[in-house]
This record gives sequence, structure tokens and C-alpha cells, in this order.
Amino acid sequence: MFSRDSWQEIFETIRKNKLRTALSGFTVALGIFIFVILSGFGNGLQNTFKEFFVDDATNVLRIFPGRTSKPYKGFKAKRRIELENSDIEAIKINFPLFLEYITPRISRGASVKYNNKSDNYTTRAVAPSHQAAEKTIIMKGRFINEADIKNKTKYAVIGRKVATDLFGNEDPMGKYLDMGKIAFKVIGVFQDAGGDNEESFIYIPYTTRQLIEKANDKVDQIIIAYKPSIGHSGAISLEKKLRLFLKKKKSIDPTDQSGIFIRNVADELKRNEDFAGVLEAIVIFVAIGTLIAGIIGISNIMVFVVKERTKELGIRKALGASPKSVIAMILQESVFITLISGYFGLASGMVLLKNIGIALEEDYFIKNPYVDLSTAMISTFILIVFGAIAGYIPAKRAARIKPIIALRDE
Amino acid sequence: MINLKSLHKSYKTGATSLHVLKGINLDIEKGELVAIMGSSGSGKSTLLNILGMLDVADEGSYHLDNVLIENLNEKKAAKYRNLFLGFVFQSFNLINYKNALENVALPLYYQGMPRKERQKQAMEYLDSVSLKPWATHLPSELSGGQKQRVAIARAMASKPKVLLADEPTGALDSTTSYEIMGLIQKINNEGKTILVVTHEDDIAKMCKRIVRLKDGVIVEDKKIKQVIVK
Repeated sequence: MFSRDSWQEIFETIRKNKLRTALSGFTVALGIFIFVILSGFGNGLQNTFKEFFVDDATNVLRIFPGRTSKPYKGFKAKRRIELENSDIEAIKINFPLFLEYITPRISRGASVKYNNKSDNYTTRAVAPSHQAAEKTIIMKGRFINEADIKNKTKYAVIGRKVATDLFGNEDPMGKYLDMGKIAFKVIGVFQDAGGDNEESFIYIPYTTRQLIEKANDKVDQIIIAYKPSIGHSGAISLEKKLRLFLKKKKSIDPTDQSGIFIRNVADELKRNEDFAGVLEAIVIFVAIGTLIAGIIGISNIMVFVVKERTKELGIRKALGASPKSVIAMILQESVFITLISGYFGLASGMVLLKNIGIALEEDYFIKNPYVDLSTAMISTFILIVFGAIAGYIPAKRAARIKPIIALRDE
Repeated sequence: MINLKSLHKSYKTGATSLHVLKGINLDIEKGELVAIMGSSGSGKSTLLNILGMLDVADEGSYHLDNVLIENLNEKKAAKYRNLFLGFVFQSFNLINYKNALENVALPLYYQGMPRKERQKQAMEYLDSVSLKPWATHLPSELSGGQKQRVAIARAMASKPKVLLADEPTGALDSTTSYEIMGLIQKINNEGKTILVVTHEDDIAKMCKRIVRLKDGVIVEDKKIKQVIVK
């Protein structure tokens, strides 16, 4: 069946029936090509979703103040609530069993200068434990420590992008930055899995920020990390308790929906994971649909090819071809064509994904689109098998037809 | 060479059964050139199908070169066809994407002959029908007569015991028909047994014997004086 001669016969047939070959080959190549591209895009989208969260700890609650919406205890509605250092202390004292760490964060934009270079960056005034909440990685020097908080030092820990923007090749350590007309000494450089966005921040001690802003004790937000051992339900009940506690402390109506907002990162992560799951399901559905369309396409073509060749097969049978050799010839030809064109579609899809991958990441939130080689191979294989089955059934029928009937069509 | 004894064949059409061959007895010696004649429905196509191992009889026996042809499965039939029989058809039935040489070489391919050897032999057969210069031409580039000569060369290539020609001149004009009959006579004179199915009297008269069928029985079987094509 697989002798050199039968291959020669098949190559000859392929060479002399270019349109037929091109048609079935194109169907398979296109099917696999679209399959690869779609699964690649799907995977890329998922990667983007995952990436949003890799740079933050997930056992974190963020507390924001807002404006009240209901009058309470003599206070009018629309009162602006502010968080203070004392709130942090109170949470520490009242929830010691739940807390892993707690840190304030005060974000301010600042024009930052070094020598003759300047740019606008966001400074984050924080406590030392903020490093864990954002998973900040120190490349050089150190992060803000307790002594800095106590002494209200004018120290800054800058992101890698800030360092390269302002200092270029120069070592920023120990240099002084002009931030809003106040000199800060660079004591550390960090990087973050969040990329350029996260690496454009400048961290300073929160007490220093409060000192600059007329020695107040206000904070923008409080970030709390709970002990992972309390689990998801524990986190939800902690969130509830914290909200009630703070409302009571700030004299906010317990039924007021605004005033204090708490965001649970784990919840958001779960929501996004659910969304990514739906996305994955859609991508799988579309990919399988493409594959089925490809199978139907190749089946149609095989049926057509066998029909077109009925007469030829009858001639071959009259000249001594056994039914087995007739079927084998058609199958060999179809498997050969689907194999080659499937491989071609696979390779061109992969190459395209690789080449447009970088451009897509910047513009369309598709990061690192790739497709598992094994997935692609299996789908190519499926297409080949179905192409073979689709060819086998009509080929078997054609092989059974009596030559005299196949030949007597005039 | 061919021996048929009380051959019966019926086709079931729903509840009724159509008795097509009603006891055919026929003996054909080696080297004969026999015309099988009959109107449509006479059973000549069925007879040819059975002779060509494309169909099996219900009753009776069929010996080809002293081999009893029976219990034919598809594989065995294909092998016997390849070894014993050469077919020539009214519509030539050349494979349209293969050139003349490749068409002639095809039965040799199914005999398992190596490529070089079968091309060499095919070329010899093509030469014997004076078509050597057209070896690389596709059927679409040949005239009707040339196509039929290629088909005859192809039928001869497998060195069959018997050549079965089903209306070989049916699609040709009379001049070309006589040419083809001349070729068939030449092959017959070299000793080949040939059966020609035809409904044309002038073609039948170029054979050595006429067997006439009517309603499933042989009504006439006579040796005639052959009209030789000049």
C-alpha cells in the first residue's frame, strides 16, 4: 500500500489535478489557520486578565472615604468623611486576629526634577508594609522603614522607569530629587510585575507627606491585608465588621451605602477569573466551530472529488485495481493533502501570531497570544482523520460500483 | 478458451424477477473473432458483464482458459480481470489527466510491474497501434480513432487471454470504424481471442463468427466469411 510506486501514482494524480488539490488543501489550511489564530487570541486575552492581578497581593481590602448620603446624629447628609491616622490605630487594636498588616496611602501628583530633567509622577506616601501589598520588588537600596515614618524623613524610593527617565545611566542612589520644591533623597529603586505603569511611582513616608501638608493626619485610603487563613468567607465577614466599625467611629448611619467604601481584591479577582472563564469558553466554542466548519468543508470536497472520479475509478477497476487499492489510493491522497496543508496552515498561523503578538499587546490588550503546539497538532490530526473518513465512505461506495456501471454514463 | 454451460441470470425487480439469460451455451475457441449481436434487452450486455466478471451468473458454469470462474469476490474478480481480460469500450474510457503512454501503462501498474519496465512495454504497445509519436499527448489532444487505438493498446498491454470490446466503433465515423476493425483483425490474426459486441451488421461481418441473441437465448450462431479491412 505504501510502496514507492503507489506514492508516485499519487503525486502524479496530485500534480495533474491542481485545482482539486488546491481546493481541498486550502480548506484544511484555512481551517487550521483560523483555529490557531483564534485560540491564540483567546489565550492572549486571558493572559492580559491574569496580568492585571499578578502585581498585587490578593488578600487585600482597600478602604476609601466618601460623602455620606443620609443625615445622622445631627450631621447633615453629604458630609465629607476623611480617614486619619487614628483610624489605622483603632483598626489595629480592634482587629488584631485578622490583620496581617495595614498601611495608609496618600497619592499626590508631583513635578519631579533632577538636574535639568523633569517630569510629572505620582507619589505614594505609605507605611513600610505597603511593599507587601503591592508586591514591590527592591532592586537597589531599601524601601521606606519604621524609622523613616517616625522621623518623617525626606526619603524617596523610586520606580525603575523614574530612575531611567531622570537619571539615565547615572546611579540614582543618594541623589536628591526636587519634588514640588522639596528635596528628597533617593534611598531605593524598585521594580514591579505591573510594568511601566507601576514603575512610575515614587514612594515616600506617609508621615512626611502629612508634615508637608500642614502637619495634618489625613490619609487617602487604608490598605489592609488579612491573614489568608481566614479564607474568602472570613474576608467577607471582616469587610462587613470593618464597615460597621468605621461607620460607628465616624458617626455614619449604619444603613448609609456611601461614606465608607471597601473594595475586596479577592472579590474582584474572582469576578475577573469568572469573566476570563466565560471568555475561554467562548474561544473554545468558536475554535471548535471553526474546526467543525473545516471538517464539513473537507468532507464536502472529498465527496465531490470521489464523485468526480467515479468514472476514473471504474476504469481503474476494469484494468485490475482491487477495491482495496482504490480506497487506499483515495485515502492516501486525501491524508497526504490534508497533512501537508494542515501543517502549512499551522505553521503560518503560528508565525503570524508570533509576528503580530507584540503589536497586539500594545493596542488591543492581547498579551503573548500563543497556541499550544499539542492543541494545534491534535486539531490538525482531527481534521486529517475526518477528511479521511469523509473520503473513505464515498470511496468505499465507489469501489463497490461495478465498473461497467461506472463506465456506462453516456 | 471460453466455455459457457446453461447460463442463467435473473434480476430481481421488486416482487417480480426478470429472467434475462435463459440458458446460454457457448464455446469459443482460442483465436476466434466473435461478434455478439442483439437488440437492446436481448441480454447481450448481461452476457458481456458475466464474461467480463463484472457480474455473476445464477446458474450454469463459466470456464475461461480451463479455469472455472466461480465464487468471485471483488478482489479475486479484479485479479482475474487484470490477468485474463482486456476491455475496450465505446467511449474509450481513457483517464483524461494521464497521457497516452501512462494510460497504456496503467494495467501493468496494477500487475505490480516496475515503473521503467512498464513504460518500456507500454511504449511497445503504443507503437503497435502506430501511436508512438503521440505518447505524451493527453486524450483531449487525440482524435476519436486515436483514443480508441490507445484504449486497445491499453487492453492488450496486460496480455489478456480474451479481449472484450463493447461497441468499440459506436462513437466513431465509418472510416475510423473500419480502421479500428482493421486493427482488431490484425490483433486477432496474431492469435488473440476477441469478442466484439455490436449492433452494426457491417462491423459484425468483419468478424469470423456471429452469435445473435434474442430474449435471453442464442437464436443464431454461425461462422461467416470474414470481410477483411483493406
